[in-house]
Parts: sequence; C-alpha cells; structure tokens
Amino acid sequence: MTAASLATRGTSPVRARKLRSISRDRRWALRWSYFFLTVFAVFFLMPPVYMLITSLKTSAEISAATNPWWVGHPTLANYVELLTSPQYLTYFRNSAVVSVVVVAVTMLISVPAAFALSRMRFWGSVALATGVFLTYLIPETLLFIPLFKMFAVINEYTGIELINRWWVLLLLYPTLTVPFCTWIMIGYFASIPRELDEAALIDGANYRQILTRVFIPVALPGLIAATIFAFTVSWAQFLYPLAFTTSADQLVLPVGIITSLIKGDVFNWGQIMTGALLGAAPPLIIYAFLMDYYIAGLTAGATKG
Amino acid sequence: MAHAALERAPIAGGVRPRALFVRRMQRKSVIAFAMTLPLLLLIALLVLYPAFYSIRLAVLNKSMERFVGFGNFLFLFKRETFWMVVQQSCIFAITAVIFKALIGFIVAHFVHNIPARGQRKWRGMLLVPWVIPPAMSCLAWLWLFDPSYSAFNWILDLFKVGPIPWTGDAYWARFSVILVNIWIGAPFFMIMYLAALKSVPEQLYEAAAIDGANWWQRLWYVTLPMMRNIMAITALFSLIVTFANFDIVRILTAGGPIDKTHVFATWAFRIGIEGGDLPLGASVSLFMVPILTVAAVFILRDVHRRAGEMS
Repeated sequence: MTAASLATRGTSPVRARKLRSISRDRRWALRWSYFFLTVFAVFFLMPPVYMLITSLKTSAEISAATNPWWVGHPTLANYVELLTSPQYLTYFRNSAVVSVVVVAVTMLISVPAAFALSRMRFWGSVALATGVFLTYLIPETLLFIPLFKMFAVINEYTGIELINRWWVLLLLYPTLTVPFCTWIMIGYFASIPRELDEAALIDGANYRQILTRVFIPVALPGLIAATIFAFTVSWAQFLYPLAFTTSADQLVLPVGIITSLIKGDVFNWGQIMTGALLGAAPPLIIYAFLMDYYIAGLTAGATKG
Repeated sequence: MAHAALERAPIAGGVRPRALFVRRMQRKSVIAFAMTLPLLLLIALLVLYPAFYSIRLAVLNKSMERFVGFGNFLFLFKRETFWMVVQQSCIFAITAVIFKALIGFIVAHFVHNIPARGQRKWRGMLLVPWVIPPAMSCLAWLWLFDPSYSAFNWILDLFKVGPIPWTGDAYWARFSVILVNIWIGAPFFMIMYLAALKSVPEQLYEAAAIDGANWWQRLWYVTLPMMRNIMAITALFSLIVTFANFDIVRILTAGGPIDKTHVFATWAFRIGIEGGDLPLGASVSLFMVPILTVAAVFILRDVHRRAGEMS
C-alpha cells in the first residue's frame, strides 16, 4: 500500500457521492423541464387540436353537448362540403393569388433596395435604411382610415374604384412586408464579406451581375426567410381585407370565413373550425418543412442589422 | 446648340451628350437610387402620406367639409368610452407583454435545459401558435369560449366549478383577450430568448461555477446581462404590435360587452369604418402615436448602438 493509493481511497467516495448528487440533481432538473414543457405544449397546442376535433364532428353531435374533447362519430363531411363549395374555393383562390403576387412584388422591391442600401453607399443611404426600419414600426391600424379616405378621393377624381376590389390588397400588403424584408435582407447582405464583390468587380461584373450572381446565391437562406415572412404576413392579414372588401367574391380567406360562415347568430361551428384549420394549413405546412428558415427570419429582425 | 454641345464636350472627356447621359446613368449613386426608387415610392405613397393625411383628416368634421381644429379631440376627451379605451389599451398591452415575456423566458430555459437533439422538436411544437394566422386561432378560442358549449366550462364542470362567462362578463372578457394575446405572442418571445440563451458563451458559466455561483446568481449575473439587449428589443417590438392589435379583440368580443374591451384599433374601426365618421376614427387611432413613438425611439437607440458597434 502506497501513500498514493491511500489518498485515492480516501477521496474517491466523497467525490463519487458528490458526482452522484450532481447527476441526480441534473436528472431531476431534466424531469421538471420535461414536465413543464409538456404543460406548456398542452396549453399552446390545445386550440389547434380542438379545431381538429370539432372539424370532425357533425352539427348534431356538436349541439348534443356530449364530451367536447372526444369525437363519437368522426366524419369528413365538413371537409367535403367546404372543399366543394364554390364560395370557400373563391376565398382560398383570392388568398392564394394575393399572397403569391405580394411575395413576388415584395422580393422585386426589397432585394434590389437592400443591395443598394447595404453596399452602394450614396447620399442619405444610412438614414434611408433607418427610415425603412421605422416604417416597419408604423402599424396598419394607424393607416387604414386615411387609406380608406384616399381611395374614396381617388375614385372621385379618376373614376377608378379601389374599394371592394380584391386586387387593391396587392397595393396594401407590400406596405406590411417590404420594410421588414428589406431590413432583414440588408442584414444578410451586410454580412457578406466585401472581398467577394470586390473580386467580382475586378472580374468585370456590373452591379446587376454582382447582385444576381453573387449576392442572391450567397444570401439565399435570408431570401427564403424573407419570402416565408412575406407569405405568412399576407396570408394572415385581417384588418385591410375587412376594411376594404365586402362582397363575397372579393373576400380573402380570414375575412371570408368570419363573415360568411357566421350567419346571423347561427354558428355552424363544425364548418367554421374546418375552414379555419384549412386556412391555417398553408403557413403550417411551410413552417413544418422550412422551420429553420422560418425561425431564422423571426430572429433576424432583432439580432441582425 | 451645336456650339453649346461643342463647348461642353471637352469637359466630359470628348464624349457626345448621349454617351454622357449613358455614362451618368451608370454612375454608382444613380444606379443605387434607381434600385431604391420602388421602395421609396411605396413608403412615401402608402405609408407616409396616409400617416400625415390622418392628421389632416382628424381636424375635419364628420362630413369632411369643415375645419374643426381640435374639435374631434375635445369631443373624445368628454366621452367616458374614450377614457375606458385608453385604460383598456394600456392594461391590455402592458399585462400581455409582461406575461408573454415571463412565459417566453421560462419556456426558453426549459427548452435550453433538455438535451440538444430533443430541442428542435419541442421548439417546433411550441412555436405553432405564432405560425397559425391570428384570425384563425381566434376563431378556435371563440369556440372554446362559447357561452353554451364552452369546452373549458365542460372541464370545469367536472370539478363543479363555473360556468365562467368567458366573453360575456366585462372582466372575464378582458381576461380572455389578454389570455389569447399571451397564447399567440409568448412563443415569439420563447424563440427570441432561446436564440439569446444560445449566444451566451459557455465559458462564462464555467467561470461562474468555479467562483461558486449558485443557480440564482448565474441567472442574475451572467444570463440576464448577456440577454438584456434582446430582451429589451423583443419587449419593445411586442409592445408596439400588442398596443396596435386589432384581430384578437375584434374577433373574440368585437369590443363588447358594452365597449368594455375595446382597444384603440377596434374602436377606431367601429367609429371610422362601421360608424362612417372617418375624422373621428382617425383621431382615435392617432392617440396610438405617442406610445408608439416612445417605443420606436428606444428601439432605434438600440439599433443605432449596434450599428456603431458593427462599423
């Protein structure tokens, strides 16, 4: 027996006990984490799950006031009825057309602008970048009344009717999407090393080529994030279509479901929930497949730039 | 004319006016300005112009023919409903933001705690409320709060509690709209805080552990100072969005019962679009400007500071 082995025998049980207690603490911390995460997940997922449950019920079962959290006789009747109703398909088509066109317009406006603001310093470009960010902070709830009056005045002078036309949303939605997309694209473009565009300049590329051949491919993740943002914002927008469109054939999905499926005081909840779930599906599907880009876009607004 | 062109030609280095024009168009600042022009037009015509136009509208009478100065504002000050809307908007925004921040912070820590390979799945599930369009999820909440078929009251009934008038009673209705706002917004805070937590260098915690810091001290002296910036900017962003919120109150209560849950946006809509009094509606929505400006100034200061650090 040497002194060394005595020493190890002396210390090891203490250390082992300490280690064991640390690992036990960690295990408990982990269990509590999972427990509370489950509680929060139940809270966060309950409304969409309840949408699904109700959408599978018949009106008779809903009004029978049985256990609302359980489907006695699941049926797809609500889905069939909505997907064959020309009215609902009109809303869906309006929403899809508006969102896709707005995404395209947003990208065409914000990508060149972000490139110019982040790379081609010109008089006032820094102030302009800040200004773009500030316009993002102006809420649509401040603008809908003056816009309403502006459209009425335009109609008075030119005879062009802008109210109750779905395509007027194509003018309005970019005001919500362009500032933020420009802002996050400025952030992404600014993070591209200058050597890259200098090399392209030396090779004789002009600005258009630098943008399309260098910047867009390199900043593609940012571009995807901005696209997703623009799409979800235009798909979800509720105030502008509610204020500016009224006839059934001009409505987009969120307003259409609320105004047409709620007839007077009669709520057909099975169909409303089905419509809402189908309306929530496109953003959810995009999110399911492109979650990382979606989250990158969310956090980019505050962490980049 | 020819003489003038000849006079100018040597200055431009011997090129003809047309070529001069082309060259000038190829100058960097001109190209850059052309690239930002659509953005500028959009912002000027559809954001800045309406913003100032609403000030112009606010000083007109209902038929928009006569200048009434501050008449609309003075009229609002005399109405009890207006002060209730001011109070309700502030309660709504401040309570909702505090709870969103708190829940987001707590959930972010739990997600950060669990092993890395499970985090993605949990994060994905917990962000779902933010992804669903608010108008759609509010319909689900409206159905959950239904006066006669409320699924919550059904559960509460099992414990012989209730029924709770979720949207029927003024105080419960205020609670409900705030609850739904927290439900929608908390995941956003969670994502932001999680990103902030991930950016705290591990060495700082190791150093703190060596110095004998306990759990609370690590949170207070390491995590919070490192996250302070993102926490502040997220809260300010959310304050703006929450204060100007329209969808939730509109769908859940439409301002009722007896205007007790109106916020600025929904009341402005009720007066301006549904009531047909655009100037008064514009005046109501203009009252959002002061608080939005304060929040914007603070955000801008942060953005500027960060821009200063970058360059």
